Amino acid sequence: MTTAVTTQQATVSGADTGAGDAPPPRATRRGGRGIADSAPRWQIFLPLGLYLLFTLIPFYWMLLFALRPAGSTSLVPWPATTAHFDKVWNDLGFAIFFRNSLLVGVASLIMTTVVALAGGYALARFKFRGRNGFLLALLCSQFIPGALMLVPLFEIFRNLNLVNSLWSVVIAETVFQLPLSLILISGFIRNVPGELEEAAWVDGCGRFRAFCAVVLPLLRPGLIAVGSFAFVHSWNHFLFALMFLSSQEKYTIPVGLNYTIGAESVDLGALAAGGVVAAVPVVIVFAFIQKWLIAGFSAGAVKG
Amino acid sequence: MALAVAKEPRRPRRRAGGPARLPFLLISPAVLLMLGFLAYPMISVLYYSLQHYNVTKPWRNGFAGAENFTKLLGDDLFWQSLVFSAKWVGAEVSLQLAFGLALALIVNQTFIGRGVARALVFSPWAVSGVLTTTIWMLLYNPSTGVSRYLADAGIGEYGTSVLSDTGTVFWAAVLAELWRGVPFFAILILADLQSIPKDLYEAASVDGANRLRRFVHITLPHLKDAIILSTLLRAVWEFNNVDLLYTLTGGGPAGATTTLPLYVANTGIDGHDFGYASALTTVAFVILLFCSILYLRLSKFGGDRS
Repeated sequence: MTTAVTTQQATVSGADTGAGDAPPPRATRRGGRGIADSAPRWQIFLPLGLYLLFTLIPFYWMLLFALRPAGSTSLVPWPATTAHFDKVWNDLGFAIFFRNSLLVGVASLIMTTVVALAGGYALARFKFRGRNGFLLALLCSQFIPGALMLVPLFEIFRNLNLVNSLWSVVIAETVFQLPLSLILISGFIRNVPGELEEAAWVDGCGRFRAFCAVVLPLLRPGLIAVGSFAFVHSWNHFLFALMFLSSQEKYTIPVGLNYTIGAESVDLGALAAGGVVAAVPVVIVFAFIQKWLIAGFSAGAVKG
Repeated sequence: MALAVAKEPRRPRRRAGGPARLPFLLISPAVLLMLGFLAYPMISVLYYSLQHYNVTKPWRNGFAGAENFTKLLGDDLFWQSLVFSAKWVGAEVSLQLAFGLALALIVNQTFIGRGVARALVFSPWAVSGVLTTTIWMLLYNPSTGVSRYLADAGIGEYGTSVLSDTGTVFWAAVLAELWRGVPFFAILILADLQSIPKDLYEAASVDGANRLRRFVHITLPHLKDAIILSTLLRAVWEFNNVDLLYTLTGGGPAGATTTLPLYVANTGIDGHDFGYASALTTVAFVILLFCSILYLRLSKFGGDRS
């Protein structure tokens, strides 16, 4: 994470020179980790090791069931078989569910990020009528139970002729992701000094070009955090997809998994293989964005 | 995040002669989406809560006044699910916070392999409720799960299914949700830990404060707002989220793990009684809002940290 963060700081402070009262570089606020507070080694590795076991054994258990042949009771998935994967991917339709989930995830990511970026910019850089009311509404919306909106949402989508269309899920996911994304992104934009944009205007850039050239690059960690939130959230969400999608060729992965769990005689190997299919994309996304996530949050989301 | 919101924008600016419409233009997609798909459904829930609205009994449909709400007061299942919701949220949030805080403190230290350790311990964050169910059903399965191997080794008994026993199902569900919930706290708290100025610790060390004292006097006060906010967000989320319990226990056995939202979903979707389900929704929303405001007041959120 350090490389990413330092480049960001370098850009901020580099471009800031001459802007008069430049804010103090972030480096001073960062890095509570360190020599002064270091603990004995065993106090780190013993609890960490125990916690790793708790985290990893469930994953291992799923892999074990997915890879070992049916009927085997071995604790090592060797010799491994791809029979279960073959079954879920081809016979149980996970190839289609996977494609649907990917479509929903990417579409929600794009919609959430674009809408929240535009709105977040307005909230961060302008004072306008209704702004405070809107901010209050954003906070209150966090208390709306999504599960309890199912019936009215279903009626809306029925009127829009979107029931059993992936769009219904995309829209519902985007809407429920929006409040938090707006709050986060407007916080990130507020953290970018306004002088940077002003300097670009003086140089003859329009507002949009100045935003793209100056602000957008600095928002990268925050945008990655928000975008990956949206993707992971809609990849994972279950209830909307369960309610709004009725035909099997529209199912997303969680819905498909749910029907595999509920099947008359549960095929544990196939269930585990389906679980692996569901887990792989988000785990990959997560491994990639993990460092950005923390950088994004400490860039001022929590502290303002 | 509330802090960020409470503050005025640092530099409200408009270029001389610039279009005053721009902020409204920029924010309109968000506003339209939220009006259409959040505000409107919310209002229709309020409206239905005052109506008899049941697809299977259309002859009774019509204005109900407060009838749905008086029915609710005498509904044992409502009270039972409310009590279970409180128990569920309380157990999850306190345990997730305790483990998340400990984990964040550990992976904030400098040690070899820290990057990998972080990625691994945070990874269940990305796992969905349904996938958590999938994994823990494999673990809890009485004939092929962990308990069977433990029994083979002489620990415990064969054939115990923790999910069908009302005595164990609560903790079985809590453990599964804990597995996926701890990383949320760990990530947020770690992010906040990294914003504590290092010189504070150095100064305290010079003054002779040991690690415990540094933790109590520097780390905890600094983390206070982040902890309040993350526990609140998490409590709301745990209250509202139904994925895990819906798929893992289905609210059973015998209604022992039915939260209020799960009860609403059963009433509205399976029972087709939208009017009553809407009244339940309204009450849930009000309870949630009231508890949250109370919590923020009592915890003095955003107050001076000394």
